[in-house]
Amino acid sequence: MSTPAETNALVQVRDLKVHFPIRKGLLRRQVGAVRAVDGVSFDIFKGETLGLVGESGCGKSTTGLAILRLLNMTSGQVTFDGQDISAFPESRMRAMRRHMMMIFQDPYSSLNPRMTVNSIIVEPLNVFQIGTPAERAERVRELMELVGLNPAFVNRYPHEFSGGQRQRIGIARALATNPSFIVGDEPISALDVSIQAQVVNLLSDLKRKLGLTYLFIAHDLSMVRYISDRVAVMYLGRVVELSNRNTVFDHPAHPYTRALLSAVPIANPKRERVRQRIILEGDVPSPANPPSGCRFHPRCAFATAECSTVDPPLRNLATSGAESHWVACHYAERFIQEEVSAPDTIA
Amino acid sequence: MTHLLEVKDLSVTFRSDGAVIRAVNGISYTMDEGESIAIVGESGSGKSVGVLAVMGLIPTPPGRIESGAVLFDGRNLLELSEEEMRKVRGAEIAMVFQDPMTSLNPVLPIGLQLTEAIQTHQNVSKAAAQARAVEMLHLVGLPNAAERIRDFPFQFSGGQRQRIMIAMALTCNPRLLIADEPTTALDVTIQAQIVELTRELQSKLGMAIIWISHNLGLVAGVVERVIVMYSGFIVEEAPVDDLYERPLHPYTLGLLHAIPHVDARNQERLASIEGLPPDLRRPISGCPFAPRCPYRITQCDTLPPLVEAGPGRRSACWRWEELQGVTIFGEPL
Repeated sequence: MSTPAETNALVQVRDLKVHFPIRKGLLRRQVGAVRAVDGVSFDIFKGETLGLVGESGCGKSTTGLAILRLLNMTSGQVTFDGQDISAFPESRMRAMRRHMMMIFQDPYSSLNPRMTVNSIIVEPLNVFQIGTPAERAERVRELMELVGLNPAFVNRYPHEFSGGQRQRIGIARALATNPSFIVGDEPISALDVSIQAQVVNLLSDLKRKLGLTYLFIAHDLSMVRYISDRVAVMYLGRVVELSNRNTVFDHPAHPYTRALLSAVPIANPKRERVRQRIILEGDVPSPANPPSGCRFHPRCAFATAECSTVDPPLRNLATSGAESHWVACHYAERFIQEEVSAPDTIA
Repeated sequence: MTHLLEVKDLSVTFRSDGAVIRAVNGISYTMDEGESIAIVGESGSGKSVGVLAVMGLIPTPPGRIESGAVLFDGRNLLELSEEEMRKVRGAEIAMVFQDPMTSLNPVLPIGLQLTEAIQTHQNVSKAAAQARAVEMLHLVGLPNAAERIRDFPFQFSGGQRQRIMIAMALTCNPRLLIADEPTTALDVTIQAQIVELTRELQSKLGMAIIWISHNLGLVAGVVERVIVMYSGFIVEEAPVDDLYERPLHPYTLGLLHAIPHVDARNQERLASIEGLPPDLRRPISGCPFAPRCPYRITQCDTLPPLVEAGPGRRSACWRWEELQGVTIFGEPL
């Protein structure tokens, strides 16, 4: 899906599938599969933040884990910095991992409570055998300063820190080996509102200072808009829309994106009272048994007979020269042109 | 006229490892029949402890109600015996909790859990209770309610479980419903469904609602009045429109500017509130927000009282009058 203008990709994901087998019976025969990620393709360009959004169970975290090969992919290809890492043997992959790191959601469970801050942050340096002991100690100091922690606290334990400070420890650990790519899996959603802004500001400062590339996985759409350059929306194991952030948020072309955006509460009571909300009926279907055709059609107010039989491909709506706008909907053009809001305006 | 609920000078402490945690420090507020208010604050602000005290659900020990009164319809709930309180709880004041998975009993079918609630408070036959359970489940929009009452909690999705919890809370037509972060564990699309449902039910049934939330965005379209709490104190109270338009406490101002707007096109730096909330184990002298406040002055070493700040408004800031002109958190007065 890359056009000539889109060649400076740091990460390229092509037709990525991650299926988890469902086993039953005495012989543990496979009777089906949960198709957590089912054919996902996108690029992450050098120096950008790609936001990945969707509801729980849509496969966004699985996608992040599979890109780092922390989960085995069922099929597909992931290229990092020009190398096809999906075929790498584990030994080679391990060496590669110093360039790609992860920040986890829960700063309480992702830090070993029995390790000091020093041993947590220095661990990646030990694993990859970077520097002499003295250099490593100096690096830990430097990293703590970088993420806004007092280096005097180097011998304290995680429980002595607040949630926001622990997340800073997690960020320092992720940055220890000087990676170029970081996957943040809901890195701020466990934090209090007044602390979220601190951590988000830190992440964007670090990106600028160190030239990082982020994959930012989150369900908080307003924060995703704020932090991302481009945004991919996932539904039931597929990317349904992908474009730069303002296009996705101001001119969403997929009915699911529209519904998702309209569900976000606005911190303005006057506007909140008058605006029209699209309330989606029902829940996300099971990825073990996704609906036929377009996976969103059972919940879509605009679905036609075609939608229940033909799976819409992800296609680029942008005319030449304009920035790409990928959408997986048969009627995307009509949604873009008309400001469709009620189900009866399209039929 | 008596208010439906009047909380007066309520203080709650917890004892832990020899330390005294001051969770709620002398809060007072009132609400009327059919009104909906929100109590907003971060973790540790005392927002949940405050309503648990109203429900008589503070575990004692380690908790202790140090002072105050909770007048429900003129009657002080804090003076009731456990027996009497049990008749109020569930029947007149009901509560919906944050996590629908842990608040339902996993080994009992949902029908049994609903009829139990009904039969506890109403002298009705099992058949009548069952009919009422189905009616309530239907009311909260659970499809095939009549068949599904035999199902167990794990057979429902998170959104459906929260609907069941709401049905259970409303079986006895309570006059006050307390919703403690009922949508926090849910996806944003399901959250919208539950908010919509609660609004519908309120206009249909007319009960008063207290929404407890950490999300100023979520409550904006749901309630008439907002109370903001910080480290156990009420720092601001205002009608919803006024609060979002012109907050009169630096903490509210900071919170409003720390959340990005989903329709914001620019990527200006988020105004962040530096520092951390105070340690509740240490006695707080002065304004609890002062250490993080860009508007702090020497007067802030003395605890500012919660004072009238315009019609229907209260603020616990020495400088609330000066704050009226501030549009950006941190900009000089």
